[in-house]
Amino acid sequence: MENSTSLKQDKGNQQTGEEGRPWEEMTVASSQDPEPTSSKTSESESALESGPQSRSSPPWSRPSRGSTPPDEGTGPGASPRPPLPQEPSSTPPPPALARQVLEAPWQSDRTASVIPEAETPHSDHLEQPPDKGESSPYQTCQSKRNGFQQPQQTNGRLYGPKDVSCNHAEQKKLRFDLLQETDSNSQDDPGDAEPGAWKAAPSLTETAIQSAKAYLLQSSSKSGLNLYDHLSNMLSKILDERPKNAVDIIENISQDVKMAHFSKKLDTLQNENEMLPTYDIAEKQKALFLQGNLERADQELEDEIAENSLPNVMESAFYFDQAGVGLGTDETYRICLALKQLTDTHPIQRCRFWGKIFGLEMNYIVAEVEFREGEDEEEMEEEDVIEQRDNGDSEGEGDEDELPRSSYKAPQAIPKEECRTGANKYVYFVCNEPGRPWVKLPPVTPAQIVIARKIKKFFTGHLDHPIVSYPLFPGNESNYLRAQIARISAGTHVSPLGFYQFGEEEGKEEEEVEGRREYFEENPDFEGIQVIDMVESLSNWVHHVQRILPQGRCNWFNPVQKIEEEEEEDDEEKEEENEEPDYIEEVGPPLLTPISEDLDIQNIPPWTTRLSSNVIPQYAIAVLRSNLWPGAYAFCNGKKFENLYIGWGHKYSPDSYTPPVPPPVCQEYPSGPEITEMDDPSVEEEQAFRAAQEAAVLLDEEDEDTEQDEDEEEDYD
Amino acid sequence: MDADSLLLSLELASGSGQGLSPDRRASLLTSLTLVKRDYRYDRVLFWGRIFGLVADYYIAQGLSEDQLAPRKTLYSLNCVEWSLLPPATEEMAAQTAVVKGRFLGDPSHEYEHTELQTVNDGDKVFEEEVVVQIKEETRLVSIIDQIDKEVAVVPRGVLFKTPFGPVHVNRTFEGLSLSEAKKLSSYFHFREPVELKNKTLLEKADLDPSLDFLDSLEHDIPKGSWSVQMERGNALVVLRSLLWPGLTFYHAPRTKNCGYVYMGTGVGSPQPCAPCSSGGLYCRWA
Repeated sequence: MENSTSLKQDKGNQQTGEEGRPWEEMTVASSQDPEPTSSKTSESESALESGPQSRSSPPWSRPSRGSTPPDEGTGPGASPRPPLPQEPSSTPPPPALARQVLEAPWQSDRTASVIPEAETPHSDHLEQPPDKGESSPYQTCQSKRNGFQQPQQTNGRLYGPKDVSCNHAEQKKLRFDLLQETDSNSQDDPGDAEPGAWKAAPSLTETAIQSAKAYLLQSSSKSGLNLYDHLSNMLSKILDERPKNAVDIIENISQDVKMAHFSKKLDTLQNENEMLPTYDIAEKQKALFLQGNLERADQELEDEIAENSLPNVMESAFYFDQAGVGLGTDETYRICLALKQLTDTHPIQRCRFWGKIFGLEMNYIVAEVEFREGEDEEEMEEEDVIEQRDNGDSEGEGDEDELPRSSYKAPQAIPKEECRTGANKYVYFVCNEPGRPWVKLPPVTPAQIVIARKIKKFFTGHLDHPIVSYPLFPGNESNYLRAQIARISAGTHVSPLGFYQFGEEEGKEEEEVEGRREYFEENPDFEGIQVIDMVESLSNWVHHVQRILPQGRCNWFNPVQKIEEEEEEDDEEKEEENEEPDYIEEVGPPLLTPISEDLDIQNIPPWTTRLSSNVIPQYAIAVLRSNLWPGAYAFCNGKKFENLYIGWGHKYSPDSYTPPVPPPVCQEYPSGPEITEMDDPSVEEEQAFRAAQEAAVLLDEEDEDTEQDEDEEEDYD
Repeated sequence: MDADSLLLSLELASGSGQGLSPDRRASLLTSLTLVKRDYRYDRVLFWGRIFGLVADYYIAQGLSEDQLAPRKTLYSLNCVEWSLLPPATEEMAAQTAVVKGRFLGDPSHEYEHTELQTVNDGDKVFEEEVVVQIKEETRLVSIIDQIDKEVAVVPRGVLFKTPFGPVHVNRTFEGLSLSEAKKLSSYFHFREPVELKNKTLLEKADLDPSLDFLDSLEHDIPKGSWSVQMERGNALVVLRSLLWPGLTFYHAPRTKNCGYVYMGTGVGSPQPCAPCSSGGLYCRWA
């Protein structure tokens, strides 16, 4: 189509003629294809050769005098045009050229705005040299050789083409004279379209307008929008809303209009309270930051620093960050502040950031805490009392109703370990987010651990959420969480060899512990181990948390013992219970065993060691990653170490989780000679039996008769 | 995550605990720019990290102008030198489905798997035990492809489809609003849609063809395999996949920042099989 090709040529030529155009921005799309336009210009070149034609560079790209392509209107003189790779014929011919373009027949597109503006100077300076063009608002490159100091209206990106155009201005100057000649010639030539140009000027305006509009209506190849619609949307939005200083925010308005294209206006209701939860949490966390700002006496501040049980979370976080593990600096800082809040409100001897466990709706931040001596025992006693009371109540009810009691005795419940020992050595506090209150987790019982080993559940984030599982987990989410924490601690808390040593207080050993040492303390003479050694050999790391036995406790509890104590009360039953299978004492590896003794999981080593940096090994730290509990990390920089867990709280298993099969159905009664299950007799058998019985009865009667007869005979005698 | 905004993205994704050490971060920033230049990608994504027993794989993906076109995947062991991985095929997936366990960290390592193959020897048909060697590189390719197909996420509005077919990044995307950010329906799978055609006509009528051309996360099976959380006091929405633990998607509502990263062992939780009577799939998820 005539229009389309000329449009494309327009686009190509725009690059050159854009200075001073108010709508320069709109030509982004079109100015992106310099290459095709060069082909178009060659087309136009050939077209020119064939004769003066009206198509070719749009005059509106020619507002700068210099940028009119010489091919326009210069029929004869156009041949020696230098081929421009980037520049599509955008050589700035003298204004006469531009004038010639205007004079050329206007079947092709010319923008209306260009035409009047270009026309007026042209009409004024028809015979004037190109210098006059300089005075026009659309500067020509011709006037300025370098063209770098073009008027401010020009865009930066036009400097390139303008440069070229300016250079070409020079070249084209030579042709100016030629063109002027041709100008006059063409004017006289009746056959050409040019002479008729002036007469057809008004209709040319219209066509120029139409072609400009057609250009604007062109759809973008990338987004399917077109400029005309976008501009009209923008203008209507501006006119509707009448913002202040619209010209300053015009780009934002344009962007908003584009975005509105993507959103559907279904709901005019606006959500007012979206930000409320954000503000709530921000308030809570602000309180965290302010807790240190309370006015206190200096004495108290010194006391606080002296008794500080707060761990240096930021330092550990720094080291873990070297390993690529961690929660981000400000999150860690908030956790640090939350821990400070915890230590301030509870009498805590030692506190440690244990880690983070993900949940479905909320996460848990876990702190491992050791209370000061004697502080938490009261709470424990209260719990025991409550349990006993419950037992008493249930027994009372039984006496009233006298329901038949089953003789089934559940296996002895293994009692939980005392506080500060075994799996309950530390107390754990959790919170969902720093700033929320800390909640203490209840101590863990062996039954909970045993069943936690068999199930795999994701946490939800609510501590009172019930755990629905098979086998039935005795407790809710807080108990399950505590059990998993205990398992993870037992499995993955490690320290460098020699950091802890066994204490000398062996008098505290209980009977059950046969020479097993439970108490360890920090070794003041620990000198540190080379980081390289820690990475290469796993025997340099030891577990410092006791392993949990299959029973669910760290220290073996022999249920038979307890039964022996009860023997004194019941004489009869004890003998039977003695026949119960002997409990094999479960023994775990002693404390402070090196982790090189850990078992593999199906040929996968349980631990992976890395140096934090291979590029700078001098300052690298050793990082230990557990393969058994994904998410458990430990680092050591020779002297300092720390353990951390960030994960879902599940153990790694190479096979997918399969729920355990329910146990087989119980036998109702043992088969024996007294009670055996038999089939019911069939009808024939019953009849046969009855017949046999009757026959037996008859026989008896006959016997009796004969006996009676005999008796009677005897009597007669 | 976009390689251009790597540091910010790492900070946003740090809630999942796994990040990158400063060593790796610095080398990634440099090497990914070079990758973009050398391979002439339109966008380079840092896909994530797969933990191996001996070494970790760092994975990057390069995208062309059309965002849904097949992506090129590259891996590196040290974040400096990147090697291109072959594209994933169906037979690769079938072959590597039998390999279980962790990645080793050595791309040339071969897993051995014995298979019983029926061999036709003339008239006789007997089964032979054949030891099939599967390279770890192949396994890597198929795992990455699987993760992408199952859990790669983009929010609604980030990509838009042009009338001509190619999918582009939406430059006017300003973020989801808070209420939208909490719904799973505002997130889409970043892969060719498979379930879109199964929607009823009524549902399709509400869709915007330029934005809603991907599968939503809402109807994923098993239900509940995504955990949606707001962190940092509603300033960040984090989606974690339960099918592939380690996949984290983060988005700061009302801003353009969004992305996903996988930092995990490369071993997914296989899907549970049968629905149970309590109205959901077998509830591992309480």
